[in-house]
Amino acid sequence: MHLGNYLGLLENSEKQLARAFDKVSRHHQDEPDIEQMCQKLSAWSVRHGGQLQPFLVRYADSRSPEPAAMEKVLFGQPRSGSLALLRDLHDLWLLTNEVKLCWDIIGNAALALRDKELEATCTACEAETKRQLDWLLGRIKQAAPQALVVAA
Amino acid sequence: MEETRNSITDIWGPRTGYEGPWPIRVDEQLTEPAENWVQSACVLCSNGCGLDIGVKDGRIVGVRGRAQDRVNHGRLGPKGLHGWQANHSPDRLTTPLIRRHGQLQPATWDEAMSLIVDTSKQLIREHTAGALGFYTSGQLFIEDYYTLGVLGKAGLGTPHMDGNTRLCTATAAAALKISFGTDGQPGSYTDLNTTEAVLLVGHNMASQQTVLWARILDRLAGPNPPQLVVIDPRRTYTAEKATVHLAPRVGTNLAVLNGLLHLLIEHDYLHHEFIKAHTVGYAELRQTVEKWTPERVEALSGVPAEQLLAAALIIGTSKTLVSTALQGVYQSMQATAAAVQINNIHLLRGLIGSPGNAILQMNGQPTSQNTRECGADGDLPGFRNWGNPAHIQELATLWNVDPDKIPHWAPPTHAMQIWRYCETGSIKLLWIQATNPAVSMPELARIRRILRQKDLLVVVQDAFLTETAQLADVVLPAALWGEKTGTFTNTDRTVHLSYKAIDPPGEARADLDIFLDYARRMDFRDKDGQPLIKWSTPEEAFEAWKACSKGRPCDYSGLSYAKLTGGSGIQWPCNEQYPDGATHLYTDHEFNTHADYCETYGYDLVTGTEKQPEEYKAQDPKGKAFLKAADYEPPHEEPDEQYPLWFTTGRVVYHFHTRTKTGRAKALHEAAPEGFVQLSAEDAACYGIREGDLVEVTSRRGQATEPARIGGIEPGLVFMPFHYGYWDQDQDPPRAANELTLTEWDPVSKQPHFKYAAVRIRKV
Repeated sequence: MHLGNYLGLLENSEKQLARAFDKVSRHHQDEPDIEQMCQKLSAWSVRHGGQLQPFLVRYADSRSPEPAAMEKVLFGQPRSGSLALLRDLHDLWLLTNEVKLCWDIIGNAALALRDKELEATCTACEAETKRQLDWLLGRIKQAAPQALVVAA
Repeated sequence: MEETRNSITDIWGPRTGYEGPWPIRVDEQLTEPAENWVQSACVLCSNGCGLDIGVKDGRIVGVRGRAQDRVNHGRLGPKGLHGWQANHSPDRLTTPLIRRHGQLQPATWDEAMSLIVDTSKQLIREHTAGALGFYTSGQLFIEDYYTLGVLGKAGLGTPHMDGNTRLCTATAAAALKISFGTDGQPGSYTDLNTTEAVLLVGHNMASQQTVLWARILDRLAGPNPPQLVVIDPRRTYTAEKATVHLAPRVGTNLAVLNGLLHLLIEHDYLHHEFIKAHTVGYAELRQTVEKWTPERVEALSGVPAEQLLAAALIIGTSKTLVSTALQGVYQSMQATAAAVQINNIHLLRGLIGSPGNAILQMNGQPTSQNTRECGADGDLPGFRNWGNPAHIQELATLWNVDPDKIPHWAPPTHAMQIWRYCETGSIKLLWIQATNPAVSMPELARIRRILRQKDLLVVVQDAFLTETAQLADVVLPAALWGEKTGTFTNTDRTVHLSYKAIDPPGEARADLDIFLDYARRMDFRDKDGQPLIKWSTPEEAFEAWKACSKGRPCDYSGLSYAKLTGGSGIQWPCNEQYPDGATHLYTDHEFNTHADYCETYGYDLVTGTEKQPEEYKAQDPKGKAFLKAADYEPPHEEPDEQYPLWFTTGRVVYHFHTRTKTGRAKALHEAAPEGFVQLSAEDAACYGIREGDLVEVTSRRGQATEPARIGGIEPGLVFMPFHYGYWDQDQDPPRAANELTLTEWDPVSKQPHFKYAAVRIRKV
């Protein structure tokens, strides 16, 4: 059974995501809504990681290194300016999708295992991950025209 | 000098206890006898009192209340009785000004308009219309707003249009849209004549809407007084009359409201059939408020559990209820989430759409509602939904333009973001009308920095050389109220017509004429090559607006200048179905939430994300109202060792907006010439401060100094009236409360947070 592996992958992805939200929050302190919302959404991912702990014990197995490599590609140097903000939100969106897919996959496995507790956790966390995605997409749509068309 | 009462010392006038209709009392203030009277209404608070302007020899000599008006029955407050004096202030702007070699110098209208038009055209060529931004007012008329909305949305096609209404009424609009599908107040002021209970949340009505408060005072003096629940951290005039006064800590509104909802559910003060038949979301609301027990609310907010219970008993058992909210809700943490909980109280009890039941998500001024209706702020005209292609097509057909001309690819740019785009340089022309952001916005040092930016052309259209106009590149002298004709709508949907009584001074022009001149010079055309804007008078503009509003909730199609002349103001909707206007919306408990009719597909109350149409359509509530839940979140800045006190702001009874007008009315100025720093006796003793001592208040963003006023406030909290600026006083030491406030806003309504910050104080 590889569920433990995937739970590890998810835990790592949530950690990466929490760190990435936190990083974007710090890099864009001049954009008050970005700073605060990214802090809030980082806290959500930290909480999701916490909710995974009982299942990591239950399905103990090796951890995947995959998301660590992913972050290097997405968040190299601190970026500032309107285009950089757009790029950072874009990258956060990709990273969040990674997390969402993990919840989806594990939720499916939970169904197959008839693990009601894990299923409930997946449903709740996936819904919140979708709210993270929705916010990112909304903010990207707001920023994109100005950054791509008008700004220098 | 004729004066029926001294409104400065006796703010609300004598009591006339009543049952049935509110008795008439005509208040009047005249410096000399009037030759003729011109119909108008007051614009200095959201009550919108009908009044007549007394004129003699081409000058205003005073005002009197209109006895037959449904809003005020002849009464006027201190601002209504005295504010008109500003029209004759000797420092009115009488000619356009252009900054040359660093100095504002007189110019001709042609020079000023050419500069604006040439710059606009060049910016559009180089950067698209996205380089142009408009920051308008809550003080213009429907005719002005609608014209501005059309020229901005269908002429230029810029998404960057908002106004200072973002600072005062954005949350009211958001809360109404979220609960009921579209903007628009469900009830009327007349509901105060009969209601059994009034809940005032973050709303010091006694100071902000003195005539509306007089209506309540008269009920309290009558045979069947209503019970009052007041939620406010200060012991205001309003709180002094409360049956129950809850004084929560700053930033805890949502916890207190969730506590009230919890008690309503626990004690089963619910209209189960109504909830089942006319709402969605009950289960989630119940789950969210469940943990907000009175004990938990007390621990977090400082409101004693037994007081919360007493308030819930009144709210839960009264057969009718009027609830109001103002800036104490809108400018605080979780503004929209909290405002929505007030709607939820009414929905849980089924107290909506019938006499005695009203929710008044208050506005700051009786003209600000119109920005929301006419599309001069972030909204689309006629409460249309920018996410609904059919609504965009309706506007495109009406204006005869390509739908893609109308910006609808993303949410309209809110004011705080407009300023940010100016700061980062992508908006290069900012046109400000009849408002004074250099005093009214948060974090003033930042706003001054932006206004002074070299690559930003700042145009200011105003009647005075305000703190903002002093930093402008082009200043356009504008006519004031009384010097132009137009209509406007107060909080309870009453539309008033205000006629031009006198000519504006010098070369000052009506706002409508300035917009029309710009549109003509920009040569905006429709699809057939005809001029986009086909009207040239206020009445024609009103007719154009009527066509735009037809079939939408704010239907003006049954109104006309003739119908609005001579009698009382009339409430919208006014159409074939309601030829005399409608007192209540939602009388059949059908709400405006149908997917093809609603103004919004909803928001995530925590993140502010707009919901997608597909999601909404899949669960179309088809006329049911939303019970939207939200849990408490702590404020973003809290007192610490460095800044140990809470800071909050508000308004005093004698001033309006940034005192641009009221500070120039002698009696109003003399009644409150300076601001103050209000603190508790405990804190005053701790810092060795006595009444009248100068106190310096410092936050992470700046400082302000004003004399101390001790008492009437919870320990740990410092209050300053905002909107005292610098036109009548040196910049040094700074005195504007907004030197201290945060650049931060509610995620849903985008309304800035003026009601909390962490500060320290010292005696100067």
